[in-house]
Amino acid sequence: MPRVWKFGDSINTDDILPGKYAPFMVGEDKFQAFAFAHLRPEFAEGFKPGDLLVCGRNTGLGSSREYAPEALRKLGLKAIIAKSYARIFYRNLVNLGIMPFESAEVVGALNDGDEVELVFEQGLVKRGNQVFKLNPPPAFLLQALGEGSILEYYKRHARFPGEAGR
Amino acid sequence: MGQTLAEKILSRHAGREVRAGELVVVEVDQVMVVDSIAGSFFKRLAELNATPRFPEKVTIVIDHVAPAANIEVATAQKEIREWGNKHGCRVFDVGRGICHQVLMEEGLSQPGGIVLGSDSHSTTYGAVACFGTGMGATDIALAAASGRTWLRVPESVKVTFKGKLAPGVAAKDAALEMVRVLTADGATYMSVEIHLVDGAESMTRGERMTLANLTVEAGAKCGLVVPSGEILSIYQVPDWLYPDAGAIYARKIEIDLSTLTPLVSVPFFVDNVQTVDSVAGKKVDQVFIGTCTNGRLEDLHAAAEVLKGRKVAQHTRLLVIPASSQVLEQATEDGTLLTLLQAGATIGTPGCGPCMGRHQGVLAPGEVCVSTSNRNFKGRMGAADAEIYLASPRVAAASAVAGVIAAPEDLETTSSYGLNETGL
Repeated sequence: MPRVWKFGDSINTDDILPGKYAPFMVGEDKFQAFAFAHLRPEFAEGFKPGDLLVCGRNTGLGSSREYAPEALRKLGLKAIIAKSYARIFYRNLVNLGIMPFESAEVVGALNDGDEVELVFEQGLVKRGNQVFKLNPPPAFLLQALGEGSILEYYKRHARFPGEAGR
Repeated sequence: MGQTLAEKILSRHAGREVRAGELVVVEVDQVMVVDSIAGSFFKRLAELNATPRFPEKVTIVIDHVAPAANIEVATAQKEIREWGNKHGCRVFDVGRGICHQVLMEEGLSQPGGIVLGSDSHSTTYGAVACFGTGMGATDIALAAASGRTWLRVPESVKVTFKGKLAPGVAAKDAALEMVRVLTADGATYMSVEIHLVDGAESMTRGERMTLANLTVEAGAKCGLVVPSGEILSIYQVPDWLYPDAGAIYARKIEIDLSTLTPLVSVPFFVDNVQTVDSVAGKKVDQVFIGTCTNGRLEDLHAAAEVLKGRKVAQHTRLLVIPASSQVLEQATEDGTLLTLLQAGATIGTPGCGPCMGRHQGVLAPGEVCVSTSNRNFKGRMGAADAEIYLASPRVAAASAVAGVIAAPEDLETTSSYGLNETGL
């Protein structure tokens, strides 16, 4: 059963992947092993594909380094639930196909280590017999994610979601 | 209904009148890629089966770890040079300087333009009312491939700086005060539109860069300084590039520059801003003067003014890294560099230096650094428990002499560490 990894407010990209462990510094195949190396050294080894990240306010503030969420994706992260996100990090999540859910109530209800199930399509989190409803991301993001990713979307249509034909 | 500066620029590039909240696709004038992200950028372009649509609009700067610190970095930078040659894209190599400083010096960021950078401090271009914003590798690759990007037109926060800074108070202090007032997520998704009035128009391009640079620390998408003062003589500013009187703002803030005192941002968040007085006396192991926030000639001048005839405290290291080769040249020519060296500074290759903890001055466990950079997150410059205090070049220089956090005005009284140690 997937578990919750819960963090507080203002988790920044230096927390998620310290600059000195960028793929550029340690190699493309190794950097994910340093996710949360300072803040939670047991994270990279303990995280199982499908586990859920639950964070507070202003999640992902700081650097534009896409390799920070990419490290999490390499470990098998598919969704984050947070109270709010920093702008660049939010775009990076979408671009990498990691679903950024936003819900202060659900964040408040979930605890670190909770065993949960995320029903993606319906936007539900289940803990035992409790069910939490998540707000879906904005429609234009779902349009892009519906085709796999924004890269796939652009490759197929040679335009951005919502852009008139050229 | 009037438009904000962000709405004006995005309308111009979208070819229609747009308002906050709308999604737009706009033509981009310049796509800036830094060395640490270039590998991901190439990978995304390959996934797209694409090459840059307008090679002259793509610039790569080797600055984040320059010169290379290890074989991985050296290999990545080798690939950048080869790729740039192959595709006809500009590459600024080791020693040319920090991306934002270099683009500004090279005229690649112009009033009314849009520059996307693979670095969050791309808000810096807003100093000249250029819509600069940071994005990740995928967005940057899409922009290089298409010549366009998609954006949500941001709401704007109007920040008015009025009056003049008191002697000894710097643009960095004004910027830190702005982040303190806005808080770390107070301008998320928004444009911070900066108005300089009642004397503040005299702020230089460099000072405006410091202000625009730090807007991202309040979460901003861009930080646009309304053109005035020397900007009008350095650039041809188009008539349309001013916000309308009736523009709608999400929030308005006014900061009276004449009331500010030297400030410092205390670990581990940038909006944790206090007066220098409140942390004065804290022992300092390293002082770093440089970065895209405060590594310009005027910053080195401010530091040299404090350091002239003084020595760095025995237990403190002073690291100065000019923001660009041009800054280094000018500081050499006008004697600033000699003053810094005589005070005991060590000089690094123009570039980002230890700002993100990769090389050239990484901090050991428990060490304290006063830095003129822009982030003091936990572990940012090295060990997880090392502490970073963000301050102006003057405060940084004074702290180097005192060996403890200090304002220049405090120097004569901190005799146990500073001036008197060598002046006996």
